[in-house]
Amino acid sequence: MKKILKTEGANGLLLVSPTFIYAFLLLAVPIAAVVTFSFWTQNYLDLDTTFTLDNYRAAAQEPIYRVLLFRSLKISAIVTLATVILAFPIAYYISFFVPANRKALWIFLITVPFWTSYLLRIFLWKVILGYNGVLNSGLKGLGLIDEPLTFILYNMNAVVITLAHAWAPFAILPIYVVLEKIDRSLLEASYDLGESRLITFMRVTLPLALPGILAAAVIVFIPTIGDYVTPKLVGGPSGLMISNMIQLQFLKANNAPLGATLAILAMLAVVVTLALLWIFGKLLTWFNRNYFGILR
Amino acid sequence: MKPIIDLINVDKSYGDLRALKGVSAQIMEGEFFSLLGPSGCGKTTLLRTIAGFEDLTDGVVLIDGKDMDGVPPNQRPANMVFQSYAIFPHLNVGENVAFGLRRKKMSILEKKEKVKEALKMVGLVGYENRSSHTLSGGQRQRVALARALILRPRVLLLDEPLSALDKKLREQMQTELRRLQRQVGITFILVTHDQEEALIMSDRIAVMFDGEIAQLDSPQELYSRPKTKEVANFIGIMNFLPAIASDAKDGLIKVKIPGLGDALIGEDQAPSGSIGTQIGIRPEMLTILLSDDQKAEKEVVGTVVEVNYYGDMSYYSIALDGVTEPLSVSMRNTAGRKVLEPNDKTRVGWGAESLILLD
Repeated sequence: MKKILKTEGANGLLLVSPTFIYAFLLLAVPIAAVVTFSFWTQNYLDLDTTFTLDNYRAAAQEPIYRVLLFRSLKISAIVTLATVILAFPIAYYISFFVPANRKALWIFLITVPFWTSYLLRIFLWKVILGYNGVLNSGLKGLGLIDEPLTFILYNMNAVVITLAHAWAPFAILPIYVVLEKIDRSLLEASYDLGESRLITFMRVTLPLALPGILAAAVIVFIPTIGDYVTPKLVGGPSGLMISNMIQLQFLKANNAPLGATLAILAMLAVVVTLALLWIFGKLLTWFNRNYFGILR
Repeated sequence: MKPIIDLINVDKSYGDLRALKGVSAQIMEGEFFSLLGPSGCGKTTLLRTIAGFEDLTDGVVLIDGKDMDGVPPNQRPANMVFQSYAIFPHLNVGENVAFGLRRKKMSILEKKEKVKEALKMVGLVGYENRSSHTLSGGQRQRVALARALILRPRVLLLDEPLSALDKKLREQMQTELRRLQRQVGITFILVTHDQEEALIMSDRIAVMFDGEIAQLDSPQELYSRPKTKEVANFIGIMNFLPAIASDAKDGLIKVKIPGLGDALIGEDQAPSGSIGTQIGIRPEMLTILLSDDQKAEKEVVGTVVEVNYYGDMSYYSIALDGVTEPLSVSMRNTAGRKVLEPNDKTRVGWGAESLILLD
């Protein structure tokens, strides 16, 4: 026994065990519970624990679930796209144009929004986007509109705007890190070998930054699809997402098995989307090398 | 030979720091030219102004007779091998070498053939599909060379290309670079802080200190006729002794060297052009006279202070009678020749023709 404990492998296991137990209890066990629940049924106050696929059948047949799931995917995709597109220039600017001794300050400033709670920030967006909000009264004051704009609050647009703002720092940081890691002499080499700045960006900077861009997309996409606070507060009826339905099933309708089923389906949708994203990244790299290269 | 690069009063300042102070030089077509100097002397800055990465504060750079003012790096007939080699990590060896061919009007087959040729030239036959991550330092260097040479530039700029390699590989690459340069006939401009490397490889060397060219000459001239004490000190080892020189008469200068005696030297041995106050003599120009029958033009007696044994050579520090500073003396350890020990007494011989008169 003593001998076994002295081996390197045993030592390693011993070292990771606290983290492992923590991760196991907080990640693996809940997921297993959710999966198990999704195969049960709610019988008024009791749980019927006989194995059944009824919940999945219901989820497939009722159009509302499909609508909510696809809307969630759509909102998250738009939020991800908007966030990454807005984050890239900021990360690029900090990495390439801010002097080295100021970079830490800029990164610090980007985290400033986190100093207030997320709820407060959502409410501030309500104030900005509302019927008599900052934006509408501002535009009215300038004489650009006669009637307040209504398409900016209590619908999908509001959800997209609020989420894109909330997740921007999470997209800026991975892109910034990957841009920082690009050896500047690579860009000079490309320039020296006859390529313009724009082509150098396309041929060198972008392919090398792609892992960071994809990481940013994943970091933004996963939490936004599961968000239910933002849609509830600024989404209105047309901006509700799948998570709102999951919450409803668990807490209001007292139908945990159906809620669990919807959660599993949402999770699968995320996995499929991420797989597609990964393939997209590979394709992009392949296309880039083929378009500019000559050897394949 | 006509000049391929003409540097006329090239000046470069970064804020208050003047990195280049009116550098002028001509680099000839097809020569192997080195910029040699300690770090911070402006040699890399000068190379980067030729490549187009640095804007000039003042002065003119002509490449092939054309003013390069406002011409970006991608339109200059000069290519660079970077110190870090700058191999594109997302591309394989073949794609790296072919990088600059995108804009050339050639069929894909021709391009592939060119890549093959370029890789053959640097000794990497069949490496086209290797991932750039698997390359060793020496191989990365070769890929960087092939990538630049494939474009047939008028000038190849090399920024300390060998400094990251270990000693053996560095020596091998030195000969190989020289061979390659002769083979392709392209002008090479090498930046280095390694005087030995510059001496081995170059046709001509510009020694730079503090943003200025101190001396521009062939390796032999630089070594045997350094114009300033700084240059003499930077290239190889030089012993300095105070001296009193008289004006030249019939092309000869009479020098009084306290401790060593008097010597008559030729005017060409005062390369700075003025009558100096000290003489310099290289360690290998001082001979240790081991046996009594060995004779030299001039002789002094001294005591060995320190011995540095290098295998093929020994470097002695010898205190000569009547001279305060010990002198450095080198001797080849040929067959049967014994290595001296500290405190050994010995005679040291020298000749007037090996002296340099400096300010």
